[in-house]
Amino acid sequence: MVSAMKEAGRRVVFDLERQTVRDLNQFLHGDLGGVDEVAVENPDGAHNIAVGLNAPVRVDIDGHAGYYAAGMNKEATVVVHGNAGPGLGENMMSGRVEVSGFASGGAGASAHGGLLIIRGDAGLRCGISLKGGDIVVGGDVGSFSAFMAQAGRMVVCGDAGDGLGDSLYEAVIYVRGEIRSLGADARIEPMTDKDLSAVRELLAAADIDHPPGDFKRIASARSLYHWNADANQTY
Amino acid sequence: MTTPAASDSNEPPAGCSPLAGSSPPENLQLEESASFDRQVIHYIQRAAATGLYEIRGLGAKRRLPHFDDLVFLGASLSRYPLEGYREKCSSTTILGTRFAKRPIELAMPITIAGMSFGALSANVKEALGRAATELGTSTTTGDGGMTPEERRSSKTLVYQCLPSRYGFNPDDVRKADAIEIVIGQGAKPGGGGMLLGQKVSPRVAAMRTLPEGVDQRSACRHPDWTGPDDLTIKIKELREITDWQTPIYVKVGATRVFHDVKLAVHSGADVVVVDGMQGGTAATQWAFIEHVGIPSLAAVRQAVDALEDLNKKDEVQLIVSGGIRTGADVAKALALGADAVSIGQGVLVALGCNSASYVQDGKHVSAEADYSKLGTAPGFCHHCQTGKCPVGVTTQDPVLEQRLQPVVGARRVRNYLKTLNMELTMIARACGKQDVHHLEREDLAALTIEAAAMARIPLAGTSWIPGHGSSLD
Repeated sequence: MVSAMKEAGRRVVFDLERQTVRDLNQFLHGDLGGVDEVAVENPDGAHNIAVGLNAPVRVDIDGHAGYYAAGMNKEATVVVHGNAGPGLGENMMSGRVEVSGFASGGAGASAHGGLLIIRGDAGLRCGISLKGGDIVVGGDVGSFSAFMAQAGRMVVCGDAGDGLGDSLYEAVIYVRGEIRSLGADARIEPMTDKDLSAVRELLAAADIDHPPGDFKRIASARSLYHWNADANQTY
Repeated sequence: MTTPAASDSNEPPAGCSPLAGSSPPENLQLEESASFDRQVIHYIQRAAATGLYEIRGLGAKRRLPHFDDLVFLGASLSRYPLEGYREKCSSTTILGTRFAKRPIELAMPITIAGMSFGALSANVKEALGRAATELGTSTTTGDGGMTPEERRSSKTLVYQCLPSRYGFNPDDVRKADAIEIVIGQGAKPGGGGMLLGQKVSPRVAAMRTLPEGVDQRSACRHPDWTGPDDLTIKIKELREITDWQTPIYVKVGATRVFHDVKLAVHSGADVVVVDGMQGGTAATQWAFIEHVGIPSLAAVRQAVDALEDLNKKDEVQLIVSGGIRTGADVAKALALGADAVSIGQGVLVALGCNSASYVQDGKHVSAEADYSKLGTAPGFCHHCQTGKCPVGVTTQDPVLEQRLQPVVGARRVRNYLKTLNMELTMIARACGKQDVHHLEREDLAALTIEAAAMARIPLAGTSWIPGHGSSLD
């Protein structure tokens, strides 16, 4: 495997036209031997690229990635220079995952930590079950985003689809554009100084420039936290 | 916390359904309705008073076609038995041979089912781990993640990946001996998990990233995939993360079993777990428990049909769960084609669930007053959802959980599962088998027409299987 790689100092290149995702992930899970940058060429939409990383390595995917790119990431920085399929950065614990183009459904699903940056739009259910991670979306997010999001922050620079933040717990969403509809128990609340500084911090981390004052705060009304026959709950 | 806000004085007190406990005078005309019997009247009155459905624990309580409706045809002249007390009969069980580089080897085909820390106390999880380790079998995490106590005490631990993903993380994925992707469970196929606020203690809340005391209602769909094609890729993701070492199970609640098992196999599962409607839960809506899903007896047959249809019977292992109680149940499940079984409620009962007493400092202490406070009695309790388990099994209460110490619990579970395995090997020997996995359908007869039809086993004394010929000889 190593002989098939072009080595340039501490940078290693994997060409997925000639090597497999298995080769790549096995290498990334092992002793990196001082390698701190890995380039992935010709990904061609392959699934499960750079999943389960557990070291502070940088992976640049030069093209489109399929499902679950950077899934369950810990410590690593993974950048998709293209678009990403469903489950980008799902269940990430820490580190940084970034896509220059669009992300499909379930981006950042159940992420416990780290920062996910989507420079284009995100599909359905972005940040579903979010558990403490941060997500910055340069464009729009699809319907049912932040569904049952438990903790963490999501900044949406564009518009949001239907059912935003349905059944939210303690996660907070910031939206700059229009919201087609809010989900059950989600409500718009006033922006506080803490919110403004959170948006400023996250936009700076993503290198995106918008005035924090343009954003609305969406959080849980907490009316679904307990069974209550008077609340007209339907489930 | 979970007291319905709209309750009024019309709700009958627990145990006070019409005429309960009273002897009617002889001159009264008391014709009870079959459709609206006292139980149904109580149900309607309760719903009218509260505006909320009933939530309870454990599994289906009504009579269902079950393994009891099958019997073994022991060896005689036409078959030759093994010496029951002398000749070896292997119960070694290997799971996860299809793709995983590191399959699981167990000393018996009896495993402990997934039950969460949250539903159960940390002491109980540790007890289960200790017992499983002593016996050479596996135990399983649940909704809410893996506790260090559980990992330390369990030699072989199956780590569940559930729709909620509470506490799910890559470090524990790498520590797991197998990963079980839970699509559904027998007590509530199509429904998500539930843990009422009384049990969402500070530790449980922290593990699940939830506010303390919240009535937790989990998702029923996984957040990052939506169908079997997606599941195929999800399984590959987990294989990549574990470098293809770890077996991947897929667990389904028993409904459309034939199709679901085929899809699980197509998706790349090493092991398929089918959980029948008798399977238990720590908390779910009554209507789910009693009215959704099919019995394990029917499910196991359909699951085996699916594996045989795909010619995967010896490649993908089948675990059956839901109402397995005895060694005879285990033997019947294996004879029908399962490779192993998984037990939840039986293990809880072994720990002390529904016992009149608990053990403290080597002495039995009565728990009857605490059952009474819950409006129930030993033998009838299904109040796991309250978190006030009188014997300290299904609780997060710091006082109650002390009623079940890991060493005591482990001994009971070890004894129980050991008994089951001895019964299993005894039956296998009586059928002339040197290995419990050699039990086969031909060793069985059905006692009821329902069981004959569901399990496709001939009615006893005949060769008749309903829907498959008409011979009554």
